[in-house]
Amino acid sequence: MPTVIVNNKPVEIGASERLNCIQAAERAGIEIPHYCYHHDLSVVASCRMCLVEMGDKKPDGTIAMQPKLFPGCQTPVKDGTVIVSDSQKVRDAQKATLEYLLLNHPLDCPVCDQAGECGLQDYSYEYGRGYSRLQEPKNIKPDKDYIGDQITLFTDRCIMCTRCVRFTREISGTAEMMVTSRGTHEEIDIFPGEPCNNKLAGNVVDLCPVGALCSKDFLYEQRVWWLNSKNSVCPDCSTGCSIRVDQNKDVLYRLKPRENPQAQGSFMCDEGRFGWKYIHADHRLKLPEQRADGKVVSRDWDAVLPAVRNALQDAMLRAPGKFAVVVSPWATVEEAYLLATYARKLSPTARLVLGPVRTDGEDDLYPKDVHGQPATPTRFTIRAEKCPNRRGVEAVLKQIQGSVIEFNDLLDQVVRGDVETLYVLGGDPAGWISETDAAKLDKLKLLVVQDLLASAASARAHFVLAGGAWAEKDGTFVNHKGLAQAIHRALRGPEEARPDGRILLELAERSGMFNAVSLRKEIATAVPALAGLAVGELGEFGVLVNAPAAAELQPA
Amino acid sequence: MAEFQPVLLARVGKPDSHLLETYRRDGGYEGFKKALGMAPAEVVATVKDSGLRGRGGAGFPTGLKWTFLPKDHPGPIYLAINADESEPATFNNRILMEEDPHQVLEGIAISCYAIKSKAAYIYLRYEYGRSYRVLQKAIDECYAAGIFGKNIFGSGFDLDVVLHRGAAAYICGEETGLIESLEGKRAWPRIKPPFPAIEGLFRKPTIVNNIETMACVKNILDLGGDWFKSLGVPPDPSNPRDAGSYGPKLYCISGHVNKPGCVELPMGITARQLIDEHGGGVWKGRKAKAVVPGGISMGFLSASELDTPLDFNGPGKVGCLGLGTAAITVIDDETSMVDVLFNCARFFAHESCGQCTPCREGTAWMHKILTRIRMGEGQMRDLDLLTEVAASMGIIPGTTICGLSDGAAWPIKNAIKKFRPEFEEYISTGRKTVKPAESLMAAH
Repeated sequence: MPTVIVNNKPVEIGASERLNCIQAAERAGIEIPHYCYHHDLSVVASCRMCLVEMGDKKPDGTIAMQPKLFPGCQTPVKDGTVIVSDSQKVRDAQKATLEYLLLNHPLDCPVCDQAGECGLQDYSYEYGRGYSRLQEPKNIKPDKDYIGDQITLFTDRCIMCTRCVRFTREISGTAEMMVTSRGTHEEIDIFPGEPCNNKLAGNVVDLCPVGALCSKDFLYEQRVWWLNSKNSVCPDCSTGCSIRVDQNKDVLYRLKPRENPQAQGSFMCDEGRFGWKYIHADHRLKLPEQRADGKVVSRDWDAVLPAVRNALQDAMLRAPGKFAVVVSPWATVEEAYLLATYARKLSPTARLVLGPVRTDGEDDLYPKDVHGQPATPTRFTIRAEKCPNRRGVEAVLKQIQGSVIEFNDLLDQVVRGDVETLYVLGGDPAGWISETDAAKLDKLKLLVVQDLLASAASARAHFVLAGGAWAEKDGTFVNHKGLAQAIHRALRGPEEARPDGRILLELAERSGMFNAVSLRKEIATAVPALAGLAVGELGEFGVLVNAPAAAELQPA
Repeated sequence: MAEFQPVLLARVGKPDSHLLETYRRDGGYEGFKKALGMAPAEVVATVKDSGLRGRGGAGFPTGLKWTFLPKDHPGPIYLAINADESEPATFNNRILMEEDPHQVLEGIAISCYAIKSKAAYIYLRYEYGRSYRVLQKAIDECYAAGIFGKNIFGSGFDLDVVLHRGAAAYICGEETGLIESLEGKRAWPRIKPPFPAIEGLFRKPTIVNNIETMACVKNILDLGGDWFKSLGVPPDPSNPRDAGSYGPKLYCISGHVNKPGCVELPMGITARQLIDEHGGGVWKGRKAKAVVPGGISMGFLSASELDTPLDFNGPGKVGCLGLGTAAITVIDDETSMVDVLFNCARFFAHESCGQCTPCREGTAWMHKILTRIRMGEGQMRDLDLLTEVAASMGIIPGTTICGLSDGAAWPIKNAIKKFRPEFEEYISTGRKTVKPAESLMAAH
């Protein structure tokens, strides 16, 4: 195995791996500071933060060092490569680079959104000199508050790493951003009349290592050190981007993509990034409701849940063959399993229906070429299927029922009078039922709607159960290619809204508290298609649900 | 020594020297015909054996560069001619292009044949309007006469020559910056490797050569490599890496001399000879305080170093970066080195492409410091700061992609080292070249 020596520490790399110094050092657990380098973008080696000393270890054991410094991002390693990133020479170069970067930087950290997660702050603290020797006035460049609908640019904070420019050229392919002027007067800008409004635009804010590109949505909302983060999965399409949910005091402030090579890579789309606003919407269902003759009888979980249970049991006595449950593809695997098993316990002939699967056009592939057509190789896909967990829900329903009933077929059955009792587990934030379709539900003798937003269906329901949004619950989403990823409860829902898993657990009178890990293990045994869930903890990157691949993909 | 007869400049100044008709009357394009009768490898060998080193500044052996092309490459292979002559005080390419364009074009044709390239791009400095018109006319003449185009002289060799007007920036003269600019992009130098000979213009193997090099190639084919080797300075036996400085060279003389101009001389002439014998001496009866040996990025020769031979090694021995473009600029003893250095720093701050952090910020910072010194607000520690900043820039310490910042830093380091007492005196006496109100802090 080829061996690279990083700061006297030998580290083995794969025989056919092509790594640069930064990656090789990372294997050794050593960080080489860098700004312009990003593993998903082309290498420009321009920031000069990652300079290292390099040499070769000869077969006789002697080490021959090169006299000059090398950019770690650009220089590949091979067997016997020696990297030194902590010598005085390297320290001096890092110190000099940071002093240069800060020469014209306004040092306005107290009012900068990036403070606390800023590459300049972190590296200055670790590698910088602590003061500037510049005595002359700094360059002042005008801020550009319209880079895009969601993006603003604080020009003078920019360190010209050009990550944003490369992103729009290489990943989105839309190439709105550019460098204008020359030398120290250089600025990032958009081409006139071409704002950065592509569907992946928000990523340039994440890529910006300093506070130059800021998200208008998050601007001045929170200091980042107040934010608590939980790993989660974007629920806005079946790509299932790994994300981080940042909240403070049960208020969600932003979503950030979390790197996951198995899911989407390093990025996420703006649809997902800004698509969470309904979580704090006024029309969230906040309290459970039991209704009789058009009036609300109770808003107390302790009364409503037993009443639901009783009403369902009564209905089973009346017509056990006319009972159906609808599980939305926004539900987690655990919820689908709890509801389906509960329904089959109530009535072995209960119909298990997959909720409406919302789709929007075709899969949107990036990068785009100059004509706006997808170019190869594809670097990012926004999928047409807008729900996060169709595969997971389908797997559960198919296992229990053998097949899946489509929602439209169910509506027909309701109209024909084949279904009298209906339990709906909703979740589609864009609304999953039209007024016309909802009118068909008037024929039902019992309608229970468990959802997070008020809808035409919840208005007609005899029981409304206020459920939780995806960010408010633990569970599992299975994406388009069968990758099961864990979502985590990052914040509490409004007022009395409860995570759906908890509601279903209590309704089914299962013992204990809702625990996604133990439920996953149970599901893995009951549903062979989801055998991969047997690991319980899905880890940072998730596992593929079909068993053989699952074990090896589980990160060590 | 007998009077040297110019070869490269032989036709300059004669009537209609830029026309194809007069050029052919003087035996023009015979060398190209001769080359077409040889195998390409033979032409490469001829140039390689002549010891020709690139005239653009770095002095890389031309024949050796040609052999770096991938063997048996299916093509296309490109020849890019660097006519972006933007080093201050350099104007030898311009004289060649305006006065004897066909000599250059013949060199290009021969080189293309040697490296099996079917297309040559001449990247011409934007500001050279007259060169553009003359060169384009000469190219048109060649197409009309069947010297360029398909199946030239019945040899089966095809050649297209394209004249491209540059993007008016110093960095466009850096070979990979030139290639980027030629591709229609911002002239940000590429990271190397891969070198252009492997992956250059349009990601194809590309050779980048200077205009004067092309003129030399033409004459080597005409007069033979032995003629070329009979001129100049052989390699220094004590330096195994020295490839020698053979051949004639165009020296540009400018600054405080009585007779500025461009002269052709064998390599190895000293700065003093150039000033006294060819430049008419320092003007107004003054003495030279400093001489720039080859474009301001090379540093300065002090008055005591004027006997340095101006070959590829000479300036390096006295602390300069190299011969550069062999454009000497004479600075008389009444001129303040602070002002000279300020001018250098202003130029490089203006011309830094802004890609690499040390160069982008360092050049501008040095300009700001020198501006402040000229305002009478300098401190002694500024000299050390300037030296430190200059030392942290460039491909020699390994902190930048291209050599621009080496060139930007060298005159600073050099001047402060060689003329430190003058800088100290300037600062300690509180002299002011400019009033603060007149000074603009911006580089533009």
